[in-house]
Amino acid sequence: MKQFLSIMLLAVVLLAVSCGQSKELILGGVGPVTGEAATFGDSTKKGFLLAVEEWNAKGGVLGKTIKTSFADDKGDPAEGATVYTKLIQQDKVVAIIGTVMSKVTLAGAPIAQAAKIPMISPTSTNEKVTLVGDYIFRACFIDPFQGTVGAKFAFEDLKAKKAAAIFDLGNDYTKGLSESFKKAFEALGGTVVAFEGHPSGATDFKAQLTKILEGKPEVLYISDYYNDVALIAKQARELGYKGPLLGGDGWDSPDLVKLGGEAVENGFFTNHYAPDATTPEVLTFVKNYKAKNNATPDALAALAYDATYLMLTAIKNAKSTDGAKIRDALAAIDLVCVSGRVKFDANRNPIKSAAIIEIKGGKQVYRTTVNP
Amino acid sequence: MMGSIFNVQQVINGLQTGSIYALIALGYTMVYGIVRLINFAHGDFFMIGAYASYGSFFLFNSLLGAKGGTLAFIVLIFSVLAGGAVAAVTNRFAYRPLRYKPKLSSLITAIGVSMFIEYFFSAFPPIGPSYKAFPEILPKMQIAIGSATISNYTLIDIGVAAVLMIGLTVLVKWTPLGKAMRAVSQDKDAAKLMGIDVERVISWTFIIGGAFAGVAGLLNGMTYPRIFPYMGIQPGLKAFIAAVLGGIGNIPGAVIGAYIMGLAETFASAYNSLLGEGIAFAILILVLLVRPRGILGEKTADKI
Repeated sequence: MKQFLSIMLLAVVLLAVSCGQSKELILGGVGPVTGEAATFGDSTKKGFLLAVEEWNAKGGVLGKTIKTSFADDKGDPAEGATVYTKLIQQDKVVAIIGTVMSKVTLAGAPIAQAAKIPMISPTSTNEKVTLVGDYIFRACFIDPFQGTVGAKFAFEDLKAKKAAAIFDLGNDYTKGLSESFKKAFEALGGTVVAFEGHPSGATDFKAQLTKILEGKPEVLYISDYYNDVALIAKQARELGYKGPLLGGDGWDSPDLVKLGGEAVENGFFTNHYAPDATTPEVLTFVKNYKAKNNATPDALAALAYDATYLMLTAIKNAKSTDGAKIRDALAAIDLVCVSGRVKFDANRNPIKSAAIIEIKGGKQVYRTTVNP
Repeated sequence: MMGSIFNVQQVINGLQTGSIYALIALGYTMVYGIVRLINFAHGDFFMIGAYASYGSFFLFNSLLGAKGGTLAFIVLIFSVLAGGAVAAVTNRFAYRPLRYKPKLSSLITAIGVSMFIEYFFSAFPPIGPSYKAFPEILPKMQIAIGSATISNYTLIDIGVAAVLMIGLTVLVKWTPLGKAMRAVSQDKDAAKLMGIDVERVISWTFIIGGAFAGVAGLLNGMTYPRIFPYMGIQPGLKAFIAAVLGGIGNIPGAVIGAYIMGLAETFASAYNSLLGEGIAFAILILVLLVRPRGILGEKTADKI
C-alpha cells in the first residue's frame, strides 16, 4: 500500500512537471538593478515585465504562458557571466533580454552564443557586442552612430567649431562614444582641442577639466553615465565653463537632474526615443507604463520593452521555442516598435533614427530627430 | 603643455583633494599612534559621517525648517556624533576583545569590520547601494584669483583640516587626556601601573578619530555631492598612504602627507589620467623602500 501510494505520488509529480513544461516557457532578463547604473537596471526590468504582462494578457505566445526570470548583474562583468550561466543552465530560459552595460553584455554574450540561446541586448551600444556571434542581437543603435549624430548636432545645430571630450578610461562604452564623436567632428571640419580620459570611480575631475578648458572649447562632450556626468558638469561649471554640454544615452536617468541640478542645464544628449513623441506605439507604452509604475518611462524601459516585443514576435513567427528557429525569425523581423521601426542589418544591429533631448528647467525636452 | 599642468588652478585643485585626505588621515594616524592598529574601517566611519549629515539635513530641513548656518551647525554635530559613536562601538565590540592578542588578529578584524559596514549599509533598505545626491547645505560661491577660481567649499575644507590639526596637536601635547594618550602609546602596561585607565583613553582616541572621519564625510559630501556605501574605500586607502608618507602616528605628518598626495595626484592626472590613479601607490612603494618611517615619523622596529 505504502509503495502504491508513493508511486501514485511520483506519477502526480511527474504529470505536474510535464504539464508545466508544455504550458509555459521561461524568458530570461538581465540588468544592473544595483550598483553604479542602478536606475538603468530598474527601468529595464520594468519595461521587460510590462511587455511580458501585455503578451500574457493576450494569451501568451504559442499558446503558452510566459514566465520570467530576471537576474541582477550589478553592472559587473564577472557577475554578468555568472547570471547568464544561471539563467541558461538552471532556469532553462528559451531566450534572454539583456543586459544593459556593454562591458557586462560582452561577458554574457559568449555564454548565450555557446548555448545557442538567442539574446537581445536592449541598450548595449558597443559595436563588438553583436559581433560575438549570430545569436546576439540588440534593440538600440551603436556607439559610432551616437558619436556621429552628436558631432553633427554640435557642429550644425550648436554651431560649435571647437569641441573637447571627456570619458571614462575603464569603460568601453564611454571611450567608444568619445572616439567616434572626435572622428566625426573632425571630419565635419571642427577641431577637438582636448580629449581626456579619467579613471573609473573618480569623484574629482578638476585636473582634467582645468586642462580641457584651457583650449576654450565651445562644446564639451561628456560620454559618461549620468552619475559621473552630474559631477563632471558641476566641476566644469565651478571652473567657469558656461557653454553647452553634450552626451549619449548614458545621460538618460531621472537622477541626472537630481545629482547635477543647475549644472546640467544647457545639456543635450542623443537618445533612442523621446517620451513626448506622439506615435501610437509611444502613447500606448507610456500610458501602460505610467499606470503600472507611476513614472514616465525612460529610453532604457522603452528599449527593454521593444527588445521583449521583438523576441516574443520572433518566437511567434518561428512557431517554435528552438533557439536556431527563433534566431532565424529574429533576423528576418520587421516590426514597428516604441523606438521606431526595427529591421536588423547583417551584423544584427537595428536600422533606425536618433532623438536629441535637451535638459531645460530640470526636465528632459525633445529637441529634434537626426536620421542616420 | 606644461602650462596646463603646473598652474594656479591645478594647485588649488590639488589642495582641495589633499584637504579631504588630510581629514581622514588625521583619524588614521591618531588611532595608529595610540593602539598601533591600522583601522581599515576608518574609511567607513567617513561614509557613515556623510550619511548621518545627509539624513540629519533632510530631517531638520524638511521637518523642522532649519536653514543656513543653524542647519549647517546641526548637520556638523550629527556627523561628529555618528562618526564618534560608530568608532566607539567598533572599538568596544571588535577591537577591545583582541587587544592583547597578536596584532594580525586585529588587522584582519579591521578589514572584516570595514566589509561588514559597507555591505550592511548597501543591504539596509533606507540607505541601499545606489548613489544619493548630497544636498547643498551652504550656498556655493566662486572666488576668482587671476585666471583661476576657488570655491568657498575648498576654503572650508582647507580651513577645517588646519583647525582640526592644530586642535589635535594641542589636545595631545597640553591636556591631561593627551598626556595619558602619549603614555598609553609608549607603554600600555606601564601606563596602567601609573593609574591610567588604558581602555578609557583608547575609547576616547577612537571617538575623536571617528568624529574627525565624520566631519570629513560631511565635507566630502558637500564638495563632491554624491554619496554611496562604498565611498570610503578609495579616499580611505589614499588617506592611509598619506599617513604612511607623513609618518604614521605623527599628526602634522599626516596633514603634510595628505597635501603632498593631493598635489601629486592632481599634477599627475593633468599629465595623464592613468598616471594620476597610480601615483598614490607609486608613492607608497617609494616611501616604504626609501624611508619606511615616513617624513616626520619616529624610528620603530615593526610596522604592520
